[in-house]
Amino acid sequence: MKKSVLGALAVSTMLTPVAAMAQTEVQFWHAFTGRLGELVAAQVEEFNASQDDYVVVQSHKGNYSETLNAGIAAFRAGEQPHILMVFEVGTATMMAAAGAVRPVHEVMAASGADFDQDAYIGAVKGYYTSTEGDMLSLPFNASTPVLWVNRDAMAAAGVDPDTDLSTWQNVDAALTALKAGGEECPLVTAWQSWIHLENFSAYHDVPFASQDNGFAGTDTELMLNGEAQVAHLTAMGQWAQDGKFIYTGRRNEGGANFRAGECALFTESSAGYAGISSEAEFDFDVRPLPYWEGVGNAPQNTIIGGASLWVMEGHEDDEYKGAGQFLSYLSSSDVQAKWHQDTGYLPITAEASAATKAAGFYEANPGTEVAVIQMTANAPTANSNGLRLGSFDQIRGIIDEELEGIWAGDKTAQEAMDSAKERGDALLRRFEAANR
Amino acid sequence: MEKRVVFRGWLLPALLIAPQVFISAVFFFYPAGQAIWQSLFIPDPFGLSSQFVGLGNFEYLLGDRFYRASFVTTAVFSILVTLCSMIPALFLAVMADRLIKGSGVYRTMLIWPYAVAPAIAGVLWLFMFNTRVGVVSWYLGNLGYDWNHVLNGGEAMGLVVLASAWGRISYNFLFFFAALQAVPRSVIEAAAIDGAHFWTRFWTIVLPLLSPTTFFLLVVNVVYSFFETFGVIHTITSGGPQQSTTVLVYKVFSDGFVGQDLGSSSAQSVILLFVVGMLTIIQFKFVEKRVHY
Repeated sequence: MKKSVLGALAVSTMLTPVAAMAQTEVQFWHAFTGRLGELVAAQVEEFNASQDDYVVVQSHKGNYSETLNAGIAAFRAGEQPHILMVFEVGTATMMAAAGAVRPVHEVMAASGADFDQDAYIGAVKGYYTSTEGDMLSLPFNASTPVLWVNRDAMAAAGVDPDTDLSTWQNVDAALTALKAGGEECPLVTAWQSWIHLENFSAYHDVPFASQDNGFAGTDTELMLNGEAQVAHLTAMGQWAQDGKFIYTGRRNEGGANFRAGECALFTESSAGYAGISSEAEFDFDVRPLPYWEGVGNAPQNTIIGGASLWVMEGHEDDEYKGAGQFLSYLSSSDVQAKWHQDTGYLPITAEASAATKAAGFYEANPGTEVAVIQMTANAPTANSNGLRLGSFDQIRGIIDEELEGIWAGDKTAQEAMDSAKERGDALLRRFEAANR
Repeated sequence: MEKRVVFRGWLLPALLIAPQVFISAVFFFYPAGQAIWQSLFIPDPFGLSSQFVGLGNFEYLLGDRFYRASFVTTAVFSILVTLCSMIPALFLAVMADRLIKGSGVYRTMLIWPYAVAPAIAGVLWLFMFNTRVGVVSWYLGNLGYDWNHVLNGGEAMGLVVLASAWGRISYNFLFFFAALQAVPRSVIEAAAIDGAHFWTRFWTIVLPLLSPTTFFLLVVNVVYSFFETFGVIHTITSGGPQQSTTVLVYKVFSDGFVGQDLGSSSAQSVILLFVVGMLTIIQFKFVEKRVHY
């Protein structure tokens, strides 16, 4: 008995290296846990089972910031993974690191798989393409902000749940009616900077920063203290003072309130779908993000948030081939359509979007298409391609602080945004100096 | 007459201190040297290139009014944390020391919070004071007080101080309690026979005898509030609102690991090293004079 166990051990020890040698390993570091983590693991497993040459090894490295830090630290130590997930605000950092990353369009084209950059949805890939139009990283999970409506809360406050909320003018009136109807939390938001400044600017086709929002160079300056932004924040600051807009925190803390049915309107990512649809015990709607009628070119298109996959330098050709094939597999229509339907993230190819529509998913799940339409309604302009700013994670922190100043009534919107520009620009100059 | 034992040779003493020297060199001197070296450069995050800027990083930092403000924030925070963790600990220790029955149970219960990691302590307090769903903020709301540490800087500071000091009370309690046990009973009994009340005995006999422990805890707590409260601040306020809880060490983290600005982050570590070094020197020079061993 003992002998046979030992024998089996010996045989398996001898066999394992052989099996591992035959397959080229591709390391994939990501930031997903829970349901999303399971879905990523399933994608990897399916890819591994679909062919014999490569094996993708996925590992979770903490939240978005932690994953980026892990990747950077690993690169400095020469232990970098092949594929690293980086959230959208880390894009400029990755792009500036020319010696550390290998553009995805090169990797995918060299892997021998079919690769056509035009198959990807412009507004999604725009965030991650070079000025020449080449994809530098593969969009993985992309979402865009929408307006979530608690229909029951609207009705309870005596406001018609079907009332038109496409413009902030209409929302303003609805908030007043909600407040008058006894609603204690008429409006709540998640990711305030992303929704009410970054997306706001793109949606109204006004610049968020100079140099095409940083796409044209690192000598960029923030322009978030423009007339349109200040007017919007002034209105929101007034709502905050009147108790019509309730501030809950910098991230998506407000989601808990909305899902519990405490709030009537909620501006949040379209990827909130999974959580809201499973937890909400009330009737809800997904509406397009409101815009100010008559301001800028609204509605232009909104921009994305989420993460993309970067291929890192310093590996063997063979391994890049494996990485390229894995990325092609992820972009394939079936995988994308399933991902889009399971998570509420946007499809990255037009084909995946069409497949989802053809399968009748949008009809069965009303509201899931809103984000796709909002993203793709208009061809992106220089103001609505996305943002490419260094130290952006930290600049968002600064913006959050300044916004808190407005909500607390300590500062006017103009003062707060002027200060955000001054402080943010200092960080942009540091980034420019570091990447000269 | 002073007695002095002199060891012959240097090999044995050198060998005996070698492990400590080695550990200090690897985990303290080497990283500290690296930080000082790096503070003279602006590197890119990936270490692909870096530019020598001399004292440029320090110039940039000291010219930043938010950085200067964070010195004040740090001072306020440290003083509050030290006071809030030492005074209740001393009080509890004195009370527990008087107990005749069940002191073991009290002791265990009082030491318990020390086992909670700072980040978890942060989350715990955050939940209790959460502006929408927190139990404490709900009670405060019922009492007519609108608690909102997300927007109110003073309340945010109060909350991080509370959360940081809470676990620390146990640690301080442990030391005070042990020190109280070491106070000779005969002295206290003699004073009692002379008619001194409990609090008189405490102020005139016990407290002076506790001074070495109090001094030790003062140094340790100041260092704690400077460096180890990071987890609490990160989980509860992330330095906000409007920088009101951004202490120096939190800014080191946020510039280095959120902003990937390693030059500025290193320069801040160097400044922090200097500040804490100065504080410790001051404490040993002036406060220790009043300590009776």
